[in-house]
Amino acid sequence: MALPNQPLGELPATLDPEVVELETDILLVGGGMGCCGAAYEIKKWAPNAKVLLVDKAAMERSGAVAQGLSAINTYLGENTPADYVRMIRNDLMGIVREDLIYDVGRHVDDSVHLFEKWGLPIWKTEDGHAVDGAKGTTPLAEGGKPVRSGKWQIMINGESYKTIVAEAAKAALGMDNILERVFIVKLLLDANKPNTIAGAVGFSTRENKVYVIKCKTMLVACGGAVNVYRPRSTGEGMGRAWYPVWNSGSTYTMCMQVGAEMTMMENRFVPTRFKDGYGPVGAWYLLFKAKSTNALGEDYMVKNAEMLKQYLPYGASKVAPSCLRNHLMLHEIKEGRGPIYMDTPAALAELSKNMDKKQMKHLEAEAWEDFLDMTIGQAGLWAGMNITPEETKSELVPTEPYLLGSHSGCCGIWVSGPSDIAPKEWDWGYNRMTTVNGLFTAADGVGASGHKFSSGSHAEGRIAAKAMANYFRDNADFTPTLKDNAQNLADEIYAPVKRYHEFKNYSTAADVNPNYIKPKALLLRLVKITDEYGGGCATQYVTNKKMLETAMKLLEMAREDSEKMAAGDLHELMRAWENYHRIWTVESHLRHILFREESRYPGFYYRADFNLVDEENWKCFVNSKYDPETKEWSVFKKEYKQLISD
Amino acid sequence: MPSFVISEKCDGCKGQDKTACQYICPNDLMTLNKDAMKAYNQEPDACWECYSCVKICPQQSIEVRAYSDFVPLGGSVIPLRSTDSIMWTIKFRNGTLKRFKFPIRTTPEGSIDGRQDARGKDLESQALFTEEEAGKTIPAF
Ligand SMILES: Cc1cc2nc3c(=O)[nH]c(=O)nc-3n(C[C@H](O)[C@H](O)[C@H](O)COP(=O)(O)OP(=O)(O)OC[C@H]3O[C@@H](n4cnc5c(N)ncnc54)[C@H](O)[C@@H]3O)c2cc1C
Ligand code: SF4
Ligand code: SF4
Repeated sequence: MALPNQPLGELPATLDPEVVELETDILLVGGGMGCCGAAYEIKKWAPNAKVLLVDKAAMERSGAVAQGLSAINTYLGENTPADYVRMIRNDLMGIVREDLIYDVGRHVDDSVHLFEKWGLPIWKTEDGHAVDGAKGTTPLAEGGKPVRSGKWQIMINGESYKTIVAEAAKAALGMDNILERVFIVKLLLDANKPNTIAGAVGFSTRENKVYVIKCKTMLVACGGAVNVYRPRSTGEGMGRAWYPVWNSGSTYTMCMQVGAEMTMMENRFVPTRFKDGYGPVGAWYLLFKAKSTNALGEDYMVKNAEMLKQYLPYGASKVAPSCLRNHLMLHEIKEGRGPIYMDTPAALAELSKNMDKKQMKHLEAEAWEDFLDMTIGQAGLWAGMNITPEETKSELVPTEPYLLGSHSGCCGIWVSGPSDIAPKEWDWGYNRMTTVNGLFTAADGVGASGHKFSSGSHAEGRIAAKAMANYFRDNADFTPTLKDNAQNLADEIYAPVKRYHEFKNYSTAADVNPNYIKPKALLLRLVKITDEYGGGCATQYVTNKKMLETAMKLLEMAREDSEKMAAGDLHELMRAWENYHRIWTVESHLRHILFREESRYPGFYYRADFNLVDEENWKCFVNSKYDPETKEWSVFKKEYKQLISD
Repeated sequence: MPSFVISEKCDGCKGQDKTACQYICPNDLMTLNKDAMKAYNQEPDACWECYSCVKICPQQSIEVRAYSDFVPLGGSVIPLRSTDSIMWTIKFRNGTLKRFKFPIRTTPEGSIDGRQDARGKDLESQALFTEEEAGKTIPAF
C-alpha cells in the first residue's frame, strides 16, 4: 500500500529535536583505528582533561575493520623507518610527506605489540612452518617470528581485530565518556579567537536529539570516502564497495569547511580486486605467489615491462607502484585481451609440491580465511559460483576510485609534522595538527602519507593524542565560544526533516516530489557525475579539462540541490548528511585534478590532455584551502622536500 | 550480499530497549519493527555484508543471501562465533560443503586493561607512553 506517504524507517524524525549542549576539553570524532589509538593514549598525557569520543556507529564493529582483517599491513620488525619511507615514496610516485611517514614507521610496532598483548592472534613461523596465532606462541615483542606475507605485512587471525582494539579504547576512556550512534555533521570555529576550533555539532540516529559540543581541541578521524564514484555494481551490490561503504568523506569535508588546508586531494586509490566480491589480492600475490594474467594466460607485468620505463624512476623499482601495475593491466583490457585472471590453480599446484596432505589442508584454510576475515562476501561469491581456487581461476578487475589517506592512497589534510624531524615550514608546533588551531587529524585524514594501514592508523591516533595533550596544556585557559546559538544549529541539521514534513503530501509518491530530493536519488546523481566526467570506470579512468569543468558545473547544482534534501526518519537524515559530506569531498578532489596538469598516477586516473608524469613542473604537492569567511577556494603548489636519501 | 532475518527465529531480542543487530550494524541498517517484534535490514543495497549482525544475533536468525546482481542463488556462508574461535560453514551452489575453524582471540573477552592509572612523564619527547615505559629510544634522522 503506497498511500499515505510515510517515513521509510522505524524511527521517525520529529520537528522539535531535543537540543543537548555538552562541554568537554578534548573531543575525538570517530571510533575507528585512528580514534581508538587516540582514546588509548590520551588520558596518559592529559589525566585531568575531560575527554569525549563520538562515533556514528558502535565502536566494537565500526569503521573499515568491522569485519576484521587477515593481515597487519604495516609491521616494521627488522626493517628501518627510512626504508619504509622509501617504499611508500616510490609507490606514491615520489610526492609524500617523509617526516610523517617516518614518524608512523618509528611508532607502529608498539601498537602491534599492544594488539598481540590484548589478544589478537598473530601467525608465527615455528620450525619453518606457519602456525596460527593461538595461545602459547612467543609474542612478537619477545622475539616471536611473524609470518610475513610481504616485506611489511604480517598475517593474523583477525576476525576480532576491531572488537579487541575497541575494547582497549573503551577501557582506557570509560563508557561514560563515549557517545555511540551520534553522527557529527560539522565543526564550529571559535567566535573570538580566529582560525581556532571550538566545537562540533551532530545528531543521534536513535532518538530525536541534536548534540552541540564545545571543546578546546579535537581529533577528527572519520575514515575516507566511499560511494563517491559510481560503483561497478549498482543493484544490491552497491553496498559491496571495497572500502567501508559507511565512511562518507566526513573527515575531509568537516575539516575543509572550517578552513583546514588540504593536500593531494587529486590522489585516489583504484584497487585491483577479485571481480564483484572485491576480495583481497595481497595474500594471493605475496603469500601464495600467484600471478595474474590476461585472457591468453600471459603475465602482462612481464609482457608490458617496457611500459614501465616511461615512468622513471618509479617504474624501475623492484615492485612497481600500485598505479603502474593497474596501468599495465588496463592496457591489456583496452587491447581486448581481457578478462584478467588471478591464476590460483597454478599457484596452489606449485605450493603443493613440497607439502603433505595435512599441510595442503592448512593452505586451503589459509586461502579461505583471507576472505572470511575481511571480505566475507567474496567467499559467498565463490560459493555461489562453485569456484574453488585450486581448480578455477578468478577474475580480477580494477574497482571504482576511493578517496583515502591510510591505505594505498594519500589524499587528505595538510598537517604539522613531528618537531624533531620535520622541516621548519612543516612544523607549526603540534604534531598532526591541521592548519586550524586545535584541530587534529590522523589515519585516513592525514594527507601525503599513505600506507599506514590499520596498525599505522592506530599509532598515528596515539601520536596525535599526545600532541593534543600538549596543545591542551598550552591552551588551558582558552574558553571556547560558539558563534551561533544551539537552536539555530539544531534547525540547520534538521532542515531536511522540516522540508520532508512541509511537502510530503504534495505528491502521491513519497520519492518523487518537485519540492525535494531524497538522499538516495542525490547519491545516484553524484556518482553518475563523477563516473562520467571525473575519470571513473565509465571512461576507463580518463578525464580532461573540459570534462572536469562539466563535472564542476553539475556538481555545483548538486550542491545547491543538497539543500533541498528531505528526510522522514533518522536513518535517512544520516544519509542526507553523508551525501553532503561526499559532495564537498568530491568537489575538492576534482578541483585538485583540474589544477594538476599532468597524470601523476597512471592507472588511477589519466588527464588525457596532459598524459605524462611531468617531473619538471609537477614534482610538488598540490594543496587547497576553502576560506570559510569569503567562501572562496584556492588551489596552489607547495614545494616537495626529500628528507630521506634515495 | 545483504543480510536477511528469518522471520520465525527472530524474537526482537525480547523487547529490550536495543536489539543486538541494531546495536552493532556499522551502517545503521538493522532495525526493529515494534508491532511485529521482528528486525529487518532496511536498506539491503547499502549492506557491506560485514556479518556483524549475523555473528551477534543471539537467536541465529540472521543470514546473508548473496547480492542478486552478481551471485547465482544457492550458496551460503554461515559463521558460528564463540569467545575464542569462529567456525565457518560454506555451502556451494552445487551442494559441496566446506568447514573452517579459526582462532579469534587469545585472551578472555573483557580482560583488556585500559591502563587508566598509567601516566606519561615527558610530554615534550616523541615517545608514546608505553614506549617511554619500556625506555625505547625513538630514532630520528
Ligand atoms: C577491505 C579492507 C581491507 C583492508 N585490509 C587491511 C589489511 O589487510 N591490513 C591493514 O593493516 N589494513 C587494512 N585496511 C586498512 C585499515 O582498515 C584502515 O587503514 C584503517 O581502518 C583506517 O583508520 P581510520 O581511523 O582512518 O578509519 P576507520 O577505521 O574506518 O574509522 C572511521 C570511524 O569514523 C566513524 N565515522 C565516520 N563518519 C563519522 C561522522 N560523521 N561522525 C562520527 N563518526 C563517524 C566510523 O563509524 C568509524 O568509527 C583495510 C581496509 C579495508 C576496508
Ligand atoms: S539480534 Fe536477532 S533476535 Fe535480536 S532483533 Fe536482531 S534478528 Fe531478531
Ligand atoms: S551485514 Fe553488516 S552492513 Fe549488512 S546489515 Fe549486517 S551488520 Fe549491517
